[in-house]
Amino acid sequence: MLPESLENDVVAAPIARALPNAIIDVKQEVDGPVFYIDPTQIVAVCTYLKEQSNFEQLAGITAVDWWPSVPRFEIVYLLHSYSQNQRARLMLRVAEGEEVDTVCGVWRSANWYEREVFDLFGIPFRNHPNLERIMMPADWEGHPLRKDYPVHGHKYSYQDE
Amino acid sequence: MREDEARVASLDPEHELAVEDPSRSEFIGARPGGGRRMTLNMGPQHPSTHGVLRVVVELDGETIISARPEIGFLHTGIEKQFEGRKYAQGTPLTDRVDYLSNLNNNLCFALAVEKLLKLEIPPKAQWMRVMLCELQRVSSHLVWLGTHALDIGAMSVYFYCMREREEILKIFELFSGQRMMTSYIRIGGLALEPPRGWDRRVRAVADRLASGIDEYYNLLANNPIWCNRTKGVGGLPLELMLDLGVTGPLLRAAGMNYDARKACPHTSYEKFEFSVPTRTANDVYARFEVRMEEMRQSVKIVRQAVEGMPEGTWKADAPHVVLPDREKMKTQMESLIYHFKLVTEGFRVPAGTVYQTVESPRGELGYYIVSDGTANPHRVYMRTPSFGNLQSLGAMLEGVLIADSIASMGSMDFVLGDVDR
Repeated sequence: MLPESLENDVVAAPIARALPNAIIDVKQEVDGPVFYIDPTQIVAVCTYLKEQSNFEQLAGITAVDWWPSVPRFEIVYLLHSYSQNQRARLMLRVAEGEEVDTVCGVWRSANWYEREVFDLFGIPFRNHPNLERIMMPADWEGHPLRKDYPVHGHKYSYQDE
Repeated sequence: MREDEARVASLDPEHELAVEDPSRSEFIGARPGGGRRMTLNMGPQHPSTHGVLRVVVELDGETIISARPEIGFLHTGIEKQFEGRKYAQGTPLTDRVDYLSNLNNNLCFALAVEKLLKLEIPPKAQWMRVMLCELQRVSSHLVWLGTHALDIGAMSVYFYCMREREEILKIFELFSGQRMMTSYIRIGGLALEPPRGWDRRVRAVADRLASGIDEYYNLLANNPIWCNRTKGVGGLPLELMLDLGVTGPLLRAAGMNYDARKACPHTSYEKFEFSVPTRTANDVYARFEVRMEEMRQSVKIVRQAVEGMPEGTWKADAPHVVLPDREKMKTQMESLIYHFKLVTEGFRVPAGTVYQTVESPRGELGYYIVSDGTANPHRVYMRTPSFGNLQSLGAMLEGVLIADSIASMGSMDFVLGDVDR
């Protein structure tokens, strides 16, 4: 539920009215509140924000790896409304291997953003039209932005031969 | 049969082009609604892609049916590298993302970390940042103009643009010792004290740019070849552009009056007088006009910054973040201790997340930083304008002639380092 201080928030208050159980947590950051969304309702929330609250653009999607904590990943949606000059940040908490619904049907730009998250973090998106690697080669093993992926080193040892 | 086709036929009797009877009228030009299709690989090493971009285009005659950009050739894992470094060591990495607007990247990263640290930046440092970022905007637009014109066939503009850009790079060298990878905007202020006599040099460059920009505008604006190649080309509906994540001059050329410098001012941009140019024609020519006008506005901002530069210090009063003066470090014990701690351990940033945007020459540049309270960032995400803009390439090229694709790509002004990170 929304805390009292956010009952008139331009982003959260309409969502809380239309989709009462969608916001599961709120965190106050230096640049405003951040909303944790129930992963099963992300498409509904995004559709609502785009169509009713005029968030015309999805500026980006990224993820944060909190390994070894559980649930492991946080997915971040950076939304931007030009007509209201307003930004919003939505977060999802997902476990390793858990599928997330794609928001490609809401904003077409999500296509590449979600491919990037899939490529670098290994988070699969359900119903994505073209879920392939985008930065790394198609036959790459592993997901480089995971915390258990090493920064240096070669896959093969060239000295032991 | 043309001579080169005859040669292909003689070399490869099964060549599809050669066996087709060229006397048939539909052999030349587009044939809508059927016929043979061809898949063509543009890039990764193609001069018009300004970097290493591969575009797989499917052609029907000379008409593009679909274009699929493939990226990742310049992926260097910069976001991963941030995680193993201290915050201060991140600044040189930001230079290497968008290598034509290094200072804007420095600025965005510095602003984001300063927001987490709740640092107050002195006015002189802010005005210096504004001045240098606007010079950077002009230099980036000059590279765009030169290469874009070169793609379309106007060679001399390139030389003029590079000549003026050189003057701007000399200013950067004067300030930071580096022409391109300046790392001049640091967390907490600037890297070095501004050099003596900088104002005279900057004023001279601003004067030269002001006349130069008009000259290049006049070279191209009424040139019939330029107009034919750019007018009515490369348009996309505004709603679709927003949907596809396009930002910056492309949106402004489609009538969207949005500039982060005006809409959510940072670095005391609200104290400067400038306008945000917009056009409604929504084609390559409109983007040309918008960027040319942006350069004029940037020169205006640079002049205001030179004339009204506040007195005072050029770095924040925060000894736990900003390196001490060399002089103090060698004479005062406290400064030496701070210096040693900063260089060996870095500084801790309070836990939290922040998303900071600035208006880069290409559009919305954003840094999303996650701090876990240690001296290394837990995660740095760069929302780069070129990545969002390039995603619209497929939609933009659908149904246009292949010659127009070069003009459309040039008008997007993407930097592949910025796309692939």
